[in-house]
Amino acid sequence: MDSVRSDAAPVVLPTAVKILIAGHFGVGKTTMVGAVSEIRPLRTEEVLTDAGIGVDDLSGVEAKTHTTVAMDFGRITISRDLVLYLFGTPGQDRFSFLWDELASGAIGAVVLADTRRLKESFACIDYFEERETPFVVAVNCFDGGDRFTPADVQLALNLDPGTPVLLCDARDRTSSRTVLVALLQHVLSLPV
Amino acid sequence: MEAPHEQWPDAVPVVRPYAMTSGRTTPVRGAFDLISIVLATRPPEHDDGLHPESAQIIRHSQEPVSVAELAAELDLPAGTVMVLLGDLLAQRLIVTRSPTPARGVASRPVLEAVIHGLRTL
Ligand SMILES: Nc1nc2c(ncn2[C@@H]2O[C@H](COP(=O)(O)OP(=O)(O)OP(=O)(O)O)[C@@H](O)[C@H]2O)c(=O)[nH]1
Ligand SMILES: [Mg+2]
Repeated sequence: MDSVRSDAAPVVLPTAVKILIAGHFGVGKTTMVGAVSEIRPLRTEEVLTDAGIGVDDLSGVEAKTHTTVAMDFGRITISRDLVLYLFGTPGQDRFSFLWDELASGAIGAVVLADTRRLKESFACIDYFEERETPFVVAVNCFDGGDRFTPADVQLALNLDPGTPVLLCDARDRTSSRTVLVALLQHVLSLPV
Repeated sequence: MEAPHEQWPDAVPVVRPYAMTSGRTTPVRGAFDLISIVLATRPPEHDDGLHPESAQIIRHSQEPVSVAELAAELDLPAGTVMVLLGDLLAQRLIVTRSPTPARGVASRPVLEAVIHGLRTL
């Protein structure tokens, strides 16, 4: 069976890391994923079910309904050995346990915010603060949005002074990459 | 291009994925994450006898690929793909590399490499 690569063979699989792009409905998550991704954003679905669903109870399957949540994601190949994935995470509270799975093992998160709807960012910020997931806040400067300074936003969102706040244009690759670099530098600056 | 706002349907009946995995929601072997990287151990022509979806996984994982990408390409929920992958792993038809365990923040060299990549790519 020499065509078979066994577990023992020196197969080198790349390391994968992920960053979450979070934020409320319509804030520009998919736009940012698309701006930096080398592939068109792909879409994956999670099916949310109640825990303890009867595994052998196929007869009951058609009676059951499940919630599906769509997530967009993109990819940036850093090198042959390292791939970065970006997940645009749905912002609704009721998906929080999906977030648990996404946030687990994530390098950190970008919380996209819109100054016209700052209050809608609170749930997201609370979530990452509580989990101690490192994050930066990136204000997506929609045309016509009020011009706030990062300091204004920091104050309005009652952020920890150590949490970086940036202004960005989620449609712009360079701007969005700058946000990602800021997140990574923030993570590096945290005590281990 | 202006993408229409996506809605998440609240209650969508999902039958097919559960039938495909005989209702199982957790993989037989191996814990998969959305960014677990998977690689087939064989070329696709050896796949006789596999479910069509499992054969598709083998076809799509001739090069290293993430669970999320497989799910998107197969148009199946990620959880379903993980169950199928668990079976393939048990049959040694794939190898996998799990991402950093929960709470395990990537190491400093990895973070620095990502920064460097983002700045120079
Ligand atoms: N003018 C302007 N429009 C933007 C900007 N970012 C995003 N948009 C637009 O805002 C809309 C919503 O952006 P999306 O990227 O779909 O937002 P989202 O957060 O993924 O939305 P959901 O997934 O539905 O929650 C789209 O029509 C974008 O084209 C921006 O910086 N400026
Ligand atoms: Mg979106």
